[in-house]
Amino acid sequence: MDIRACFEFRISCFELIMKKTGAQIVVESLKKEGVETIFNYPGGAVLPLFDELQGGPFRQILVRHEQAAVHAADGYARATGKVGVALVTSGPGATNTVTGIATAFMDSIPIVVLTGQVPTLLIGNDAFQEVDIIGITRPCTKHNYLVKDVSDLGRIMKEAFYLARSGRPGPILVDLPKDVLVNSADFKYPEKVSIRGYQPTYDGHPGQVQRAVKVIMKSKRPVLYAGGGIISSNASKELTLLAERLGIPVTTTLMGLGGFPGDHPLFLGMLGMHGTYHANMAVMESDLLIAVGARFDDRVTGRIESFAPQAKIIHIDIDPTSISKSVKVDLPIVGDCKRVLGKILSLLEEEEIGTFKDGLHRWCQQIEKWKGLYNMEYHQEGKIKPQFVIERICDLTKGEAIITTEVGQNQMWTAQYYRFVKPRTLLTSGGLGTMGYGFPAAIGAQAAFPNRLVIDIAGDGSFQMNSQELATAVQYQLPVKVAILNNGYLGMIRQWQEFFYEKRYTSSCLEGACPDFVKLAEAYGAVGLKVTEPGEVVPALKKAFSISRPVIIDFVVDSEENVYPMVPAGEPLNQMRLV
Amino acid sequence: MRHVITLLVENEFGVLARIAGLFSGRGFNIESLGVAETLDPTVSTMTIVTRGDDQIMEQVMKQLNKLVSVIKVVDLMDKDFVEREMVLVKVAANADTRAEILRIAEIFRGKVIDVGSKTYTIEVTGDEKKIDALLALLKPLGIKELVRTGRVAMLRGSKVTTEPGV
Ligand SMILES: Cc1ncc(C[n+]2csc(CCOP(=O)(O)OP(=O)(O)O)c2C)c(N)n1
Ligand SMILES: [Mg+2]
Repeated sequence: MDIRACFEFRISCFELIMKKTGAQIVVESLKKEGVETIFNYPGGAVLPLFDELQGGPFRQILVRHEQAAVHAADGYARATGKVGVALVTSGPGATNTVTGIATAFMDSIPIVVLTGQVPTLLIGNDAFQEVDIIGITRPCTKHNYLVKDVSDLGRIMKEAFYLARSGRPGPILVDLPKDVLVNSADFKYPEKVSIRGYQPTYDGHPGQVQRAVKVIMKSKRPVLYAGGGIISSNASKELTLLAERLGIPVTTTLMGLGGFPGDHPLFLGMLGMHGTYHANMAVMESDLLIAVGARFDDRVTGRIESFAPQAKIIHIDIDPTSISKSVKVDLPIVGDCKRVLGKILSLLEEEEIGTFKDGLHRWCQQIEKWKGLYNMEYHQEGKIKPQFVIERICDLTKGEAIITTEVGQNQMWTAQYYRFVKPRTLLTSGGLGTMGYGFPAAIGAQAAFPNRLVIDIAGDGSFQMNSQELATAVQYQLPVKVAILNNGYLGMIRQWQEFFYEKRYTSSCLEGACPDFVKLAEAYGAVGLKVTEPGEVVPALKKAFSISRPVIIDFVVDSEENVYPMVPAGEPLNQMRLV
Repeated sequence: MRHVITLLVENEFGVLARIAGLFSGRGFNIESLGVAETLDPTVSTMTIVTRGDDQIMEQVMKQLNKLVSVIKVVDLMDKDFVEREMVLVKVAANADTRAEILRIAEIFRGKVIDVGSKTYTIEVTGDEKKIDALLALLKPLGIKELVRTGRVAMLRGSKVTTEPGV
């Protein structure tokens, strides 16, 4: 070989090292993002990527339905605060993810969903397993990408993770045509992201923050109303400090539970349709509502025109579109909850707090009076009451387990009767209300925390929407516990039919057609327990918690128990049905 | 109230769908929409005419801003701006009406850009009022077909949309 040929040979070797295939670029990007676990389901269009993942550093969890891959990634993200990752194939694999993506979107959960796609040349040809997943998911992702050129892939991966976790977090979908995975390009993972159309505001406007402090100090009947933003911005410490410093009572939304200690004397419980009597009364009678990371959802406000009629509203949120969307806000502060609350705390150093706190005395007494009038209650007599099961789970776990829920009565009772004391311990589908969410989400959380107790408090209806994931839990030794509150009904639907449709229980009765959940568990190689007597509840829970395998506990509960209080949809928040 | 909005967006595929989808998904209305590349080939500009009260317009502006592909949104309503639209009208023409059509076109500084045995095709540019007035006059003579470009708009004076503070 002459010198020149030798030189060229070395250059091409160098190029070989720098050039990577699309599949390799995805793998390298995932490594750079610190991804540890991928929830996946393969198919023809993404095989090049699966092949590249072989032997890699990631824990791969093969689910049994793509919807579950996304819920698991979502559960992983909610439990850890990190970005969850799901990987599926084109066509039906991609469409199966849609419910999971919409669920994460409504609750602002950071996930990245990678979908396979037919080769770029075939796009638009109705090719085998082609679907326009970008079009389908445009309204339910924070952003999505179709990668058309492998040389864009590194940048897009970087942006995807950045967008998922920054600002108001949310799901990002990256659609990967097969040829893009196979083709090569120079690869260098970008250090920084610059997207000119995306600059979230983290620090609240200083003038607005100052004005907020003044408004707070003038209030006589203030309430802090905290939502999921407290959890996603890790602001529970600041929220607690603020409440304690000023002695202001706190209510949270479903998404905010755990963001403020449930056993705190200032805690009013959840507000809204199934909120506590005193939380709803306090909000309705308040003269100042300090909304932090919440979005005035209709399940929270009841009839919007009659919501908190005497209150000035301060609204702290990272997403400007959440502010003054449904309720007119007097003092908006766009920013990250943690930073803004921190700023308020530091400004309070200069305020005369003693007199303010003294001034709240009567307000706190009034709230205590409401609490005395009606506090949630049930009587454990006869058949097992679902609320009783949840309270026992709470006692036994000291409120510190990771709890997921399905949707319906099971979800609302969990919110009411499990005392969440730490953030990221309640994983529940709030915005979309997705039945079938809880079990795969529990699998995701358990994958993140193999040694923690993870419990899905389930309904007999919802559990059947993703019960196939028992196979996943068994295969990967994820010892998730599923406590089914088996009422033989789509209970929440039955409750609405009882109240509003004269007990015409159309299509809401499951009785007689439910599988034997013990046998179902056993068929998959998990453990099944059945509990019919109140006295067996605690022993069964203890037994289940001591088993290091997935366990289903089938609690046969009172079938016509209802969730109270209840504000009928569209009624004012103080129009509560109490019995 | 009617609002004219100018948007600067990434010139990439799918952006129009994102914007149209936002309007339809949230129940905002679009009266007219125009898109074209700017001097900077990575940026497109869109002019959207929409209607809504203050609360709706606040949401429209915020939701547009929230889209990752949208670089800037300006509501021109509280600013000084010019707007134009072009219309092509095919009008029935016969011995009795030819002169009348030509006269109307002239008054509106329009041009006859195509002549058929029984039609004239006229091109006119102007703001909404002018175009509406033109059409009102031509209508009795028999409009056979009509195509409007939708509005384009621009700030008056030396100000440009890309400037900070606009
Ligand atoms: C995917 C999906 N389909 C339908 C609904 C409507 N829905 C809300 S609650 C509910 C009943 C849930 O039944 P179950 O899981 O047994 O819970 P329970 O209310 O009995 O505790 C239904 C059908 C939903 N939330 N999600
Ligand atoms: Mg049920």
